[in-house]
Amino acid sequence: MRNPAISLKDLDISYGDTKVVRDVGFDVAPGESFALVGESGSGKSTVLKAIAGLAPDWTGEISVLGKPRGHGTDRAFSKTCQMVFQDPYASLHPRKTIDTVLSEPLAIHGIGRRSEKVVEMLGAVGLDQRFRFRFPHQLSGGQRQRVAIARALMLEPKVMLLDEPTSALDVSVQAEILNLLKRLRREQGLTYLMVTHNLPVVSFMCDRMAVMNKGRIVEIAPKTALYDGSFADPYTRDLYAASGGNPDADPAGAAASESKDPA
Amino acid sequence: MSTRDWLLDDSPATLTQANLGRAWRMSTALLRNPLAVAGLLIVLLLLATALFAPWIAPESPVGQNLQARLLPPSAEHWMGTDELGRDIFSRVVYGSRITLLIVALVAVISAPLGLIIGAVAGYFGGWVDRILMGVTDIFLSLPKLILALAFVAALGPGIENAIIAIAITAWPAYARIARAETLTFRNSEYIQAVRLVGGSHARIIFRHVLPLCTSSMIVRVTLDMAGIILTAAGLGFLGLGAQPPLPEWGAMISRGRTFILDQWWVATMPGFAIILVSLGFCFLGDGLRDVLDPKQGGGK
Repeated sequence: MRNPAISLKDLDISYGDTKVVRDVGFDVAPGESFALVGESGSGKSTVLKAIAGLAPDWTGEISVLGKPRGHGTDRAFSKTCQMVFQDPYASLHPRKTIDTVLSEPLAIHGIGRRSEKVVEMLGAVGLDQRFRFRFPHQLSGGQRQRVAIARALMLEPKVMLLDEPTSALDVSVQAEILNLLKRLRREQGLTYLMVTHNLPVVSFMCDRMAVMNKGRIVEIAPKTALYDGSFADPYTRDLYAASGGNPDADPAGAAASESKDPA
Repeated sequence: MSTRDWLLDDSPATLTQANLGRAWRMSTALLRNPLAVAGLLIVLLLLATALFAPWIAPESPVGQNLQARLLPPSAEHWMGTDELGRDIFSRVVYGSRITLLIVALVAVISAPLGLIIGAVAGYFGGWVDRILMGVTDIFLSLPKLILALAFVAALGPGIENAIIAIAITAWPAYARIARAETLTFRNSEYIQAVRLVGGSHARIIFRHVLPLCTSSMIVRVTLDMAGIILTAAGLGFLGLGAQPPLPEWGAMISRGRTFILDQWWVATMPGFAIILVSLGFCFLGDGLRDVLDPKQGGGK
């Protein structure tokens, strides 16, 4: 693949002395939506954290938009790549208004016209302006996740890392957030790397998927494999069978494909 | 729209309105707690007394009148007079200024110091944590009053040195709390999100970590006020705090000790003042804890 948006090679990640991810490598094309699938503890979120700079103890190569990645977080990188966390109840500061949360990235990077940009972004993620000066505890889970997505988009990154962005939400809200993410990707030409253990979400959102088990990638498959079950690896076949085969039978997946994003 | 509706508006239009609304919710919650109100009234009384001392006190706190020595409480001298014929009520009133000065200065010096040391230690962890907490542990392992005594002995007796000594002994407890508090959310996603958008460590500590530590710190400092007053009184009692003729409550008790059996009021009246003010701060601290508990997130 030429000029991949995200490229990982021989990536090993450790927490202290324990190696949790071994020998992971894949490329994500610009504009592509790529899923990392696997059961809990398979190391999918750790891969995301290493790319974001939050799990600095790794060896191998990570590059984003052609630039090799350092081991920590840095300011320049933050404009190209942002992350949305799993739990919207834990990802917003309890004492800061939505306005403060959204203008902070702009303040850090010395970007002007903050007020207009916050208003604009609230509109883009489908939040009414009256939420602007509320505190997080005055918002529902889905609304919080919209704020978290808005915060990640404030610096206009091209690459978004999504760490199970809907798993903490209930089914109807999941569909709204997935539709929002799909629309944002289309409108802003974003590249998604998404961690999930929900195969219907993959079939709704993603073009390709990598299946992880015990810290290794066992298979990289196109999304079409989800319709006909043409997986090569036995573990992947088990995972597919356990999720009930045809993803459209799943209520979350069905809701996601039918309901309209209200925004 | 009434001011109350404006304050309680679900969708504030500006940041100021959001913050004022939050403050309003907290203060109404505080005022619903009778003990907290009692504490608040006592502390306000202390403030008013200190502010208007020259108008409240009927006599000078230092003016002696040897013909009126050791008079019992009466209509003329509400709390009696001491061994030099000074009106004890006037001295207690003026003493509130000294007490307030001690309490305020100790809080202003030790709370921010402890807060920053604790937050830095908790946020960075590793060797920074080990060094800072090692120092804190050394200070914590020494008894407060003894350490304060040692400092005053080294610096010389006096009200300023007593304040410095108490401040030096008070900060380690705050550092401990701030560190424990910081540890609970240093790896939380909202802190990681700030790192991801490029926020510096200093920004994270001052803008994101400290605001979350301050509420428990305010509660703890308010509750500690009683202890600070008692320590100051203890230093005064031992003759290492405020020096005569300053009307410091602890020193006044110390002077009254000689006559405690025959002229009980000399030592008892400033003692009442100490008890009342300590109690006021304790009640207020308890009420504040109920209101500022982070889990309540600023009321309903």
